[in-house]
Amino acid sequence: MKNYCVYFLSFGHITHAAMRIFPFVVSAFITSGYIYLFDHSFGPLPMAPGRFLSPQHGFWQNAEAENYSFNTQATFSGLKGKAEVYFDERLVPHVFAENDEDLYFIQGYLHARFRLFQMDLQTRGAEGRISEIAGKKAIPYDREQRRLGMVYAAENAVKAIESDSVLKKIFDAYTNGVNAYIESLREADIPVEYKILHFKPQKWTNLRTALLLKMMAKILSSGAEKDLGYTRAKSVFLPEELKKLYPQINDSLIPIIPQGTSFPRPASVPALPADVLQNYFLKKDSVATENLTSENSNNGSNNWAIAGSKTASGSPMLCNDPHLELSLPSIWYEMQLSSPSCNVYGVSLPGSPLIIIGFNDSIAWGLTNAQRDVKDYYEIQFRDSSRTEYWFNGEWKKAERRVEVIKVKGEKDYLDTVAYTVFGPVMYDHTFQGIQNSGLKKNLAVRWIAHDPTNEALTLYKLNRAKNYEDYVKAIETFGCPAQNFLFASASGDIAIWQQGKFPLRWEGQGMFIMPGKDSSYLWKNSIPFTHNPNVKNPPSGFIQSANQRPVDVTYPYYIPGTYIAPRGIAIARKLAAMQKVTVRDMMQLQLNYFNVVAEDARPHLLRYIRENDLTEEEKKYLALFKSWDLNAMPESKGQTVFQHWWDSLKTVLWNDELNRVSPPAPMPDEQTTLELLIKDSALIYTDKMNTPEKETWSDVVTESFRKAASALKALEQQGNLTWANAKNTTIYHLIKDFKGFSISGLDVGGFGNIINAIGHSHGPSWRMIVHLSKPYEAYGVYPGGQSGNPGSRFYDSFVKVWEKGEYYTLWFMKETEKNSPKIKWVMKFQGKN
Amino acid sequence: MKFITATILTGLLSFISGIFLPWWGIAPSALLVAALIHQKAGKAFLSGFAGVFLLWAGLSFWIDIKNNSLLSRKIAEILPLGGNSLLLILLTALVGGLAGGLGALTGSYLRASPKRKQ
Repeated sequence: MKNYCVYFLSFGHITHAAMRIFPFVVSAFITSGYIYLFDHSFGPLPMAPGRFLSPQHGFWQNAEAENYSFNTQATFSGLKGKAEVYFDERLVPHVFAENDEDLYFIQGYLHARFRLFQMDLQTRGAEGRISEIAGKKAIPYDREQRRLGMVYAAENAVKAIESDSVLKKIFDAYTNGVNAYIESLREADIPVEYKILHFKPQKWTNLRTALLLKMMAKILSSGAEKDLGYTRAKSVFLPEELKKLYPQINDSLIPIIPQGTSFPRPASVPALPADVLQNYFLKKDSVATENLTSENSNNGSNNWAIAGSKTASGSPMLCNDPHLELSLPSIWYEMQLSSPSCNVYGVSLPGSPLIIIGFNDSIAWGLTNAQRDVKDYYEIQFRDSSRTEYWFNGEWKKAERRVEVIKVKGEKDYLDTVAYTVFGPVMYDHTFQGIQNSGLKKNLAVRWIAHDPTNEALTLYKLNRAKNYEDYVKAIETFGCPAQNFLFASASGDIAIWQQGKFPLRWEGQGMFIMPGKDSSYLWKNSIPFTHNPNVKNPPSGFIQSANQRPVDVTYPYYIPGTYIAPRGIAIARKLAAMQKVTVRDMMQLQLNYFNVVAEDARPHLLRYIRENDLTEEEKKYLALFKSWDLNAMPESKGQTVFQHWWDSLKTVLWNDELNRVSPPAPMPDEQTTLELLIKDSALIYTDKMNTPEKETWSDVVTESFRKAASALKALEQQGNLTWANAKNTTIYHLIKDFKGFSISGLDVGGFGNIINAIGHSHGPSWRMIVHLSKPYEAYGVYPGGQSGNPGSRFYDSFVKVWEKGEYYTLWFMKETEKNSPKIKWVMKFQGKN
Repeated sequence: MKFITATILTGLLSFISGIFLPWWGIAPSALLVAALIHQKAGKAFLSGFAGVFLLWAGLSFWIDIKNNSLLSRKIAEILPLGGNSLLLILLTALVGGLAGGLGALTGSYLRASPKRKQ
């Protein structure tokens, strides 16, 4: 006190009675300062600690009691009639609504109720708005999304959707349902990720639904082209070498459409441009950059259907397991949707109405990715650096300009002007060079099928309601991108598949490399007619399979480039061909199959070439593991670990010297190509290392790559990680990878991308489904996640253990008469406000 | 006696404020109690601190038990507190307690000091 007195007395006019004011002011100041500080984010973590930790407001409120009741009754002005949602013990909702609009309103509400953060984050990502949350480090990502034309594509999609009166109603109802939930949120109810990252959910719109669908288009169709890489490869390899390294068809291919199927006479294929040799095929012109974000080319999938003639019951079966990046929350949300116009069960995408993969009273359908290249680049010549005019068809043509406003957390907005040409947006130019500071001197416009106003939602709407093969064909006709293998089976006994999408009608070689953009001669003109898309119905073999391989053999009359994956199709076709009297159990075992068909084909040749005398005793020990391995990539297999390390090392030793002649390196030839060269080309010139005077052979490559692999294997063994499950360390990451506590790692699973059970490190079967179209149906499914997106809920990861063990849930296709079933654990009742 | 009454009252009022006000409602709650029940600054601080500390510890502990520590273990990995739920509860209580203590300290100065001699 005394010091204060002295201080105050120095002012002379402060009275003694006011002495308490000063400590009051100081203390009030400190208190408000503390509150202010703890109400904002500070330090390395983004959350506001006071808000975050408050048991009545913060994350504690997201800790769902184990006996939490999901029962709800609510009234919404957006609803027309009554709707009821019955949750089973797995928290799968069975929705019964009096009309379609209410049905999709409720679907939107439920998606938001259980998966709001996921839908919000993914659509912000699609739109290029991550900088709003993550700050300026995300600007390059946001720019690339926008420059790819994601928003432009979504706007075109909304136009197509809203021009259809039925779909417009559905999308509006879905949007209203999402917003009804968002508006009902109290601060305490906001998903915990928002509280950690310190931002707020944003209102839903039809555009955001379209953005989500475009994000799927990007994930599934954007990784199917390597135009920039092939252009670099072209600058160092001769045309016949390119054919050898990057062949259109592998000899060992087992296509989706059985060999021997006759194809229709082709529509007239466009003529090659007059200057195609000097300005395209033979032009040695490197492009020293790559896309900033590249999609995982393992985004594949398996599906197959068995006709009644081949099953024990006489009824068909349909199986599907889409392979995607595994995440928590899962990409899928399981549900049953029932209204007077439809009754359908399956998985939906939070952020979009309708069921994506599933079955209804009459049919079942499944999807795999077509892997077709539907994205090309054109080199644009601008008049000057303002990029307002470009040379096209002999004159300067005005480019449309789109100013992208990127909001950045804690900084001022970032403005990016993107020029739009007749080809599409100019994605890369001197202001945005792909890989940063790549020194790219070109302007590259991107032409992508996803920019076109196709109507994918209409396909799903019709498919959800299809009764037979004819309905199914009509449904898929409007589907543009991402092209899919639509597998079909009906209770009436048909099985069929169509590879459906909008595909440009290309001349041979069109779009493999960056194309000249100076005139219309290299433009895409027509599309392959719908009826010419690869399809087959009830083949004599009694089964259909697709696993991301090239859909057809050489007799198909169109040029269809893509990033095809051969091995799984080979494995599945071999297995199915050998099966008779198929049961559901057989189908489960096939989806879970760990047999490594690549290793089976490679092993005799690896062993033929390796010089065992050059190996140390320790290295020989690893080779022995490989020799005695049963070729199954089981969790406990050590042979699989040896093989995969050896195989990866072999690809590097064999190819890197050739590929690294350009920077970034030319694309790695695909696995099947390397395998076929190993088997068939004993005098392959590429075994010779370019930088040594000696002439290396396959024996050198195989031995050197084994020794390199052995040193990595030794390190793994020292950590106790030589078993395949440990070496691979399968992990399901939360959507925010840094949130380690929300992720699950160390799953005890085998498999790999080239194996039927395609589980990689963080990638794999995102939904396993088996539908037996018997009377009544038998359906089984499981996905590695849980119905609730809330990390504080016991339903956050409740399916993971079951998926890990290779078990399935019986899917309950609830009837309206079963509303009192003991399987029902919670009920939500909704009605409209009059 | 005063100390205990003030502590309990701070906890109660803070809980009610949590229903209507943002998290910082605990500070004015503690301030109000300290202004009504007069104690020396140090004691006021302590009872404000203890009131909110106990409230926040109790609430989070109760939530945590019902949740089987499902969320607290995950949050305690992100924060990072080594996945330790009890540490997280302690941190929660400390952050709240400090706001309560500071609020109460401020409130205690609203009244003239009992020691003061004119």
